[in-house]
Amino acid sequence: MNRFQPTLKACILMAALVFLIGLPPVASALEATFYIGLFSRILIYALAAVSLDLILGYGGMVSFGHAAFFGAGAYVVGIFAFHGIEGSAVISWPFVIMGTDNALISWAVAAAASAGLAFVIGAISLRTSGVYFIMITLAFAQMMYFFFTSLELYGGDDGLSLFTRNRLGHLDLSNDAAFYYTCLGLLIGFLLFTRRLVNSRFGMVIRGCKENERRMGALGFPTYRYKLICFVIAGAGAGLAGALMANQTEFVSPSLLHWTVSGDILVMVVLGGVGTIVGPVFGAIVLLLLEEFISRYTEHWMLFLGPILIFVVLFARRGLYGSFVERIGNNG
Amino acid sequence: MYLLLFCQQFLNGLQFGVMLFLMASGLTLIFGIMDLINLAHGSLFMVGAYLCATVFQQTGSFMLGLLVALPGTALVGIVVEIFTLRTLYARDHLDQVLATFGLILFFNELTKIIWGPRALFLDVPEALSGTIEIIPGAPYPTFRLAIIIVGIIVAIFLYFLITRTRLGMLIRASATNREIVGALGVNVKLLYTLIFGLGALLAGLAGAMAGPLFAVEVGMGEDILILTFVVIVIGGIGSIRGALVGAILVGLIDTLGRAFLPALFKLFLDPATADGVGASLDSMAIYILMALVLAWKPRGLLPAHE
Repeated sequence: MNRFQPTLKACILMAALVFLIGLPPVASALEATFYIGLFSRILIYALAAVSLDLILGYGGMVSFGHAAFFGAGAYVVGIFAFHGIEGSAVISWPFVIMGTDNALISWAVAAAASAGLAFVIGAISLRTSGVYFIMITLAFAQMMYFFFTSLELYGGDDGLSLFTRNRLGHLDLSNDAAFYYTCLGLLIGFLLFTRRLVNSRFGMVIRGCKENERRMGALGFPTYRYKLICFVIAGAGAGLAGALMANQTEFVSPSLLHWTVSGDILVMVVLGGVGTIVGPVFGAIVLLLLEEFISRYTEHWMLFLGPILIFVVLFARRGLYGSFVERIGNNG
Repeated sequence: MYLLLFCQQFLNGLQFGVMLFLMASGLTLIFGIMDLINLAHGSLFMVGAYLCATVFQQTGSFMLGLLVALPGTALVGIVVEIFTLRTLYARDHLDQVLATFGLILFFNELTKIIWGPRALFLDVPEALSGTIEIIPGAPYPTFRLAIIIVGIIVAIFLYFLITRTRLGMLIRASATNREIVGALGVNVKLLYTLIFGLGALLAGLAGAMAGPLFAVEVGMGEDILILTFVVIVIGGIGSIRGALVGAILVGLIDTLGRAFLPALFKLFLDPATADGVGASLDSMAIYILMALVLAWKPRGLLPAHE
């Protein structure tokens, strides 16, 4: 195929990019600014879904507990903002960390904290595989849900409101368009990073583990360590998405860690196409738009989502973007 | 005084463990034999609870509620198996997780439409509403005691079913090698449907008995489902003995942890800190137990196939 001839795939990606970049000014012009907020939410979930696709689609690790990292990231931002207002310390031992509303600090800490959590959960869960892994990740996510529910200082069950969005240099994140572009930029950055990662030597080892872990072990790769690092990277990505989510809604609560959130993120990945990097973005767009529009007509939108989901699993297994790429592969 | 309180909480833990066992035994059978991970098992628990609660409220007879709920839940399970899950046996676990997640959403919403979003609260059936002093000086609710007895009967029944009957022989055989069992002329499809129906029936029984103890509400199935997963992971997938041991262990540790951990921490921490730490730890105790078991034995305490 001629390299310079635009393929259908490239056209679709360009169209999606143009649409996402052009959305805020168009929405403002049409006085439909509601869509900027909606699509910020979509982009944030897309970021979480892409991070899940990294371990699910390339590492073959079916994690049903991704909301734990998502929620932990959100809580870090919430807790930092809480102490920032009070002017008190988040941790006073063994060293002092003051609360802050500086995005550069709290988002980085959110990603790092989620990565740390992913390290602990992954280190235990990856001792097993298959269906054990699904159940254990789900159980640990539930444990984190109860953990944050029990934090009375940070609102317990009721959650914690942020006073304002974080500061990011001179950028005013309380402006919805500016926040939207921040989310878009981070999502694109993470997509490029993920593409680079899965095509690197590290990515090849991870994909090899998915195909045949025993053989990779026999070739001399410490597969457990590789998978754990991959799991930690995905946790950090979800933590960053959580940090953005806390800013989007200016509110954090244990409901961000509810098991249905893990399910939703998983659905986005599968709806978009497992192991396709950008597929989950389309999955997030479709799922959240479906939710938005069906729920305008009926409050019982889950009654439709359930059967749709079963249908997709039974008959359209490669997902929206996945079936698309496959068709191009057959033609070209 | 502390000893009596401990005995009561111990029985409470046992009763909770029995309920988990009813869920876990069905789920582990289904997984061990059909290699299917069924998230919608919690929905069957909920269906059982709602069916029993409705009949109980209308007629005032808990027995009648049970008589409707058990076959009703089994029937719902069998219909679901025939229409969706049957196709999923040959698929990978990810597909099974997603499709059964879809089933949960569907069942929860349908329940909300039929019974409304508000929780139902039931009284304990009159015949079992009293207390019994099995340990002198420590009256214990008869209803909870009845649940423990039902659980013991079910465990014995399952033991005989699986080790002593022809159906049990087929179940054990197909857990080892289902292709061969099919090749020997056994109607494997029918066998799978029957096993699924049995699992659904047990989940329905657990749900029906849970009605007077917990609020009957949408989403009640998922909370217990996740605990059931913890039980199965601790006990070892596919093993009914493992499910029994895991369920009793989780039931006891969860109940005793909630009752005594805060008091325990007060012995060496100041009360405010102790309450905080206790509140975090008591809800996390069983997950920590799971992590410890996994670190020690990644395939569970009593795995089905060594």
